[in-house]
Amino acid sequence: MESREMTYAEAIREGLREEMRKNEEIILLGEDIKINVWTVTRDLYKEFGDRVINTPLSESGFCGAAVGAALTGMRPVVEVMYPDFTMYAADSIANQAAKYRYMCGGGPFKVPVVFRIAGGGSSNGAGCHHGQSLEATFLHFPGLKVVFPSTPYDAKGLIKTAIRDDNPVLFYEHKLLYGIKGPVPEEEYTLPIGKAEVKREGSDVTIVSYAWTLHKALRAAEQLAKEGIEAEVIDLRSLRPLDKDCILNSLKKTAKLVTAEEGTKMGGVGAEIAAVVAEEGLHLLDAPVKRLAMAEVIIPSSRYADQLFIPQESDIVAAVKELF
Amino acid sequence: MAAIPQETLLKVYRNMVRLRFLDDKINEMIAGGIGITQHSTRGQEATPVAACAALEPKDYVMPYHRGWGWAIGKGMDPKILLAELIGKKTGCCAGKGGVHIADWNLRIMGRPGVQAAHVPIAAGVGLSIKFRKTREVVLCFFGDGASNEGNVHEGMNLASVWKAPVIFICENNLYALFTPNVETTSVRDIVDRAKGHGMPGVIVDGNDALAVYETVQGAVQRARSGEGPTFIESKTYRMHGHTAMDRFHLGGYRPKEEVEEWERKDPVIRLRTRLLETKAASEADLREIEARAKEEIEAAEKFAKESPYPTKEELSRDTYAE
Repeated sequence: MESREMTYAEAIREGLREEMRKNEEIILLGEDIKINVWTVTRDLYKEFGDRVINTPLSESGFCGAAVGAALTGMRPVVEVMYPDFTMYAADSIANQAAKYRYMCGGGPFKVPVVFRIAGGGSSNGAGCHHGQSLEATFLHFPGLKVVFPSTPYDAKGLIKTAIRDDNPVLFYEHKLLYGIKGPVPEEEYTLPIGKAEVKREGSDVTIVSYAWTLHKALRAAEQLAKEGIEAEVIDLRSLRPLDKDCILNSLKKTAKLVTAEEGTKMGGVGAEIAAVVAEEGLHLLDAPVKRLAMAEVIIPSSRYADQLFIPQESDIVAAVKELF
Repeated sequence: MAAIPQETLLKVYRNMVRLRFLDDKINEMIAGGIGITQHSTRGQEATPVAACAALEPKDYVMPYHRGWGWAIGKGMDPKILLAELIGKKTGCCAGKGGVHIADWNLRIMGRPGVQAAHVPIAAGVGLSIKFRKTREVVLCFFGDGASNEGNVHEGMNLASVWKAPVIFICENNLYALFTPNVETTSVRDIVDRAKGHGMPGVIVDGNDALAVYETVQGAVQRARSGEGPTFIESKTYRMHGHTAMDRFHLGGYRPKEEVEEWERKDPVIRLRTRLLETKAASEADLREIEARAKEEIEAAEKFAKESPYPTKEELSRDTYAE
């Protein structure tokens, strides 16, 4: 396939544009999405007019409205500017979008809505109301799907699948990834929700990560290789459903597990993975599981917050070495 | 009142009577030990029933927690309603919804359990109607208690900005659970808040079925012709407590005189008297309606009780759409 280099933000925009050209049911809603602080939806209104709707500052309201539109024949794609703001919309997402189909008895009741959320990014002093990683929060709700791509290629393939899905999908994007470039094919493609990817093969230890931290894990693996440790690096891509098989299959080979994420350790993504492995693959392990996650602090508005409290490449290297 | 066809008047009366018998039946079943979440409609029948009578079948209803008037008004068979309330497979949501009554064909879009959660959803249904150009309208009910939720304001603002075809009906029965709204609500007329959201607000005597019908009909016409949402405040009163568990509603947190005063405004009796006075129906006609309604609700109870529960396997489906 022919491919070009484009940024993560451009890849998502291209995915949105392609789907919107094909299907008039798709509308975009969110705060300032015509110009758009994240650039993802910038200028789409010039092509799609009224289908790109600047909403009031009203997260609960516009996420709820998206549920109503989705129930009645539209496919809304909503932008929530920060994960922290999803707390305002928590009822609309977790109580309404997630449950509506079931509580109405299934059948024609469907909620094909995508909540795009600019996640991660505790750097640059964004602080505790703009920098928290809350993707694990929504893993507790059956009825939702949660994805978090790490590359432009995955972002485009997954946004298209999320839009076509008849269920509510939380599509996390990473603020620090918006500008990174990667190859994206010219031809149309989609990626399945619920499939992880082995980004680097290795036989000594499995590092499971996603999004921004995945890139740190890949660099850590290169560092470890110089020291004679071959790490297998898995990019989850989807957090719900979780690709358990990919993780367990890797552990059959490596017998050691390190998880790395930006969110809180307790009740986090790594906690879920460790629990799955304890239930279904404890016999595969020859060392305790290592979970790397945000420290037990409120993220300070410090430009050093990221380095001080979020797992870094060096932390991943150190954690792996402790297992040998 | 000549503008309202006799057929519609009798339909409204019939539905109000069916609703009252259903309400009584549910209370009787609860007293008999069957667990049902019930917020009695008694005393408030006129608003949901007459409002729904002003709709076309294709129009949407976003219901709220108090009673089942919007369901009966929109045409739901009491059999499947009652079956759903006790979690039976034959219920309108296949036993999965319980109080979350919904029916796609009747355009009953699911009764929320979280107060006011549905108000922005209603605005979104209105937005969808505009995109799809289908000229439907949405009737969105909530109570005076929920009117203080942020979601009511967010939903009303969105509907107003989008000129969405939504009619907001606030049934103001003066109490949220056991708390009089003078303790909690900044305005005596909740309709005052319509102005803040740039939409017309109308107060209607919620115990006068004909007044409700005419008011809602006007708002429906306005919405359907693209002029946007209307806020209607229905002044009404619940004769029973918040739920069947409420033992304090009479002479407790509510003065007995107040309850007695509202008893004299009973909406079912008012419409009955009017039908007789205007000779829209004879005493025999009305007795026939009442007898049939009673039989129907008895049959609904039998149907609901005799229906099977869904299996675990059946209850395990539909968390996700395939």
